[in-house]
Amino acid sequence: MEEHRDDIGARLGMWIFIFTEILLFGGLFLVYAVMRAGYSADFHQAAHHLNAFIGAVNTLVLLVSSATVAMSITAVQKGDSKKGVILLLVTLVCAGIFLVNKYFEWGHKIHIGLYPGSDLMLTLNHGSVMFFSLYFFMTGLHMLHLVIGAIVLTIAMVKVKSGAITPNKYVLLENGGLYWHLVDLIWIFLFPLLYLIT
Amino acid sequence: MTAENIHHPEPSYLEYRGKYKGLLGWLTTTDHKRIGLMYMYAMMVFFIVGVILGELMRLELFRPGQQFYGPQVYNGLFTLHGIIMIFTVVIPGLAAVFGNFAMPIMIGAKDVAFPRLNLFSWYLFILGAAIALSSQFMGDGPPDTGWTFYAPYSVTTHTNVIAAVLGAFVLGFSSILTGLNFIVTIHRLRAPGMTFFKMPLFPWAVYATAWIQVLATPIVGITLLMIIAERTLRIGFFDPNLGGDPVLYQHLFWIYSHPAVYIMILPAMGVVTEIIPTFSQRRVFGYKAIALSSMAIAFVGYFVWAHHMFTSGMSSTARWIFSLLTFLVAVPSAIKVFNWVTTMYKGSIDVKPPFLYSLGFIFLFMIGGLTGLSLGSLATNIHVHDTAYVVAHFHYIVFGGVGFAFFAALHYWYPKMYGRMYNFKLANIAFVFLFAGFNLLYFPQFIIGLMGMPRRYFDYLPQFTFGMQLSFYGGILLAIGLVLMLYNLFQKNGAKAPANPWGGSTLEWTIPSPPPVENFDVMPEMGPDEEPYDYK
Ligand SMILES: [Cu+2]
Repeated sequence: MEEHRDDIGARLGMWIFIFTEILLFGGLFLVYAVMRAGYSADFHQAAHHLNAFIGAVNTLVLLVSSATVAMSITAVQKGDSKKGVILLLVTLVCAGIFLVNKYFEWGHKIHIGLYPGSDLMLTLNHGSVMFFSLYFFMTGLHMLHLVIGAIVLTIAMVKVKSGAITPNKYVLLENGGLYWHLVDLIWIFLFPLLYLIT
Repeated sequence: MTAENIHHPEPSYLEYRGKYKGLLGWLTTTDHKRIGLMYMYAMMVFFIVGVILGELMRLELFRPGQQFYGPQVYNGLFTLHGIIMIFTVVIPGLAAVFGNFAMPIMIGAKDVAFPRLNLFSWYLFILGAAIALSSQFMGDGPPDTGWTFYAPYSVTTHTNVIAAVLGAFVLGFSSILTGLNFIVTIHRLRAPGMTFFKMPLFPWAVYATAWIQVLATPIVGITLLMIIAERTLRIGFFDPNLGGDPVLYQHLFWIYSHPAVYIMILPAMGVVTEIIPTFSQRRVFGYKAIALSSMAIAFVGYFVWAHHMFTSGMSSTARWIFSLLTFLVAVPSAIKVFNWVTTMYKGSIDVKPPFLYSLGFIFLFMIGGLTGLSLGSLATNIHVHDTAYVVAHFHYIVFGGVGFAFFAALHYWYPKMYGRMYNFKLANIAFVFLFAGFNLLYFPQFIIGLMGMPRRYFDYLPQFTFGMQLSFYGGILLAIGLVLMLYNLFQKNGAKAPANPWGGSTLEWTIPSPPPVENFDVMPEMGPDEEPYDYK
């Protein structure tokens, strides 16, 4: 069978997949909304325990990474694969910075005994338990998506370098970039919901 | 067809030898027709297991009190029966089997948009089923929550819920990828000139189904992940001891699981819409109404989920809104039934087995649908909620509807799939057993449900004995019918099937039976004044 290629179809598929991912998180946002309505005072208190500064830094890091991914696609389209690789590398470094920040953030909380199912957690009021449960579950699931996105972009980078992704065949990179924007977008919602609304 | 092709016909998809031979050739195939059959074989195995589990329950319920095994075994049986039948049989169901086998041909495509993803979905399906089944043998015993995994019990029970839930999650992922594949296929690979409103109605139904798969399944995915996290990490979203809300679980679960009913039934309706006109030798009545009613069902079906929760604790405003919306779904469903009946009117009806099974579908689906309305209205719901009445209702929809439509589809496309006819007489006899057995099995459940028999109970009061025993005998008849039907289809020694044995007027009947690997020698095109059912 001859190889059938349909970039528009591949892109359409990716958009639908992204849609399902948004719905996946949508279920969590629904839980957040219900819990926030039920325990607004507790949520208000608990949110003070998150470090808004680290959250803001991570937001900035992800926004930059989204920009560099978009730029790398443009570079590849224009045939400048070297620039494309460098920009993808910057994106991956941003992903690394995000994860390191998250490591310190989570690490600190776990260090003081604040994690789902911990003894400390069980002494807190119900609203705080829900808040921190949501915090760990939502940011954890987001991190998982970030890692998957980074793996996809790494593959794309290798392919740009090896010449398998070219100015007229770059749909894998483009779809990887779309996925990366999704990772960014979800964080854009998580950041204010968890860190800023206090 | 050119003269050359007649002398050297392309090998059929069944004989085709790619890189690998035999079983490996099937397991590595990306041919949508083979993948459709692979879904069918796997589902056939799961279905038979599910039937045996169901019959074991009927056996225990033959008399009040304990007969053969204890209540905990019974709880495990109905849970596993539900998980297998819902997640591995009727949800992938017609969409995975006939959506794969027939839909691409009907729109004039060589394959689906992402053939390798299609194979991957099949493997995910097998993996998910294997994980779900492993729950029976590992951990602290078979799950006993019912297929709905209601919290907080699913969080506190000591049985092996995690494996079952994880299996359902993987099966959901497979379902999403299949839906995604079909949407892109229908958007991108229709034959030139075939606009949406020139597409046959089975692809329309598959299209609507695919959207529900894509839009609804992620919600149950995240919900099942939350159950796993509840059990492993104690996040507590559904645990009232930690401040969580068990009713929230029910909402999230049914936001998916109600639309899932339409994932099952829409392709069933689609296939019946193909069969009725073919055997009435008439053009389908109300083409656009049927096409759009599929989309309407998909859309409205998304907003009715809380009718499963009228007794769970909800404001009365929410209850009447969900009740009203539930009634609204009946409208597009009824549009389809009226259109099928009108199509038959003054038609030259030829009662071959596919048509007979389709009639069975319409009859049983109507009983299931109308009793659904009595469940959707608030006052009667309170009376029959969680009784055998509900069991009867959804078996009329899921088995009487989806199951019979599946059998109809199987008898309809069987000659295309295998290039062989089957014994009509035996198929008709099997139908009589199936139809009589089905009604004898489930109709008494309506009655004893109205009398107050709760569902999922291991034991019962003596006044229900007669109804339970009728159900048992119905189950026996049904099993005989299944054996006869499968025996008939497994023969594969009937006469060679012609390209168009039924006088069908869609594209799959223009190509040889069984189809060649690439489906079409000459890619079909549709002219500006050609209509959807013009291929004869
Ligand atoms: Cu429902």
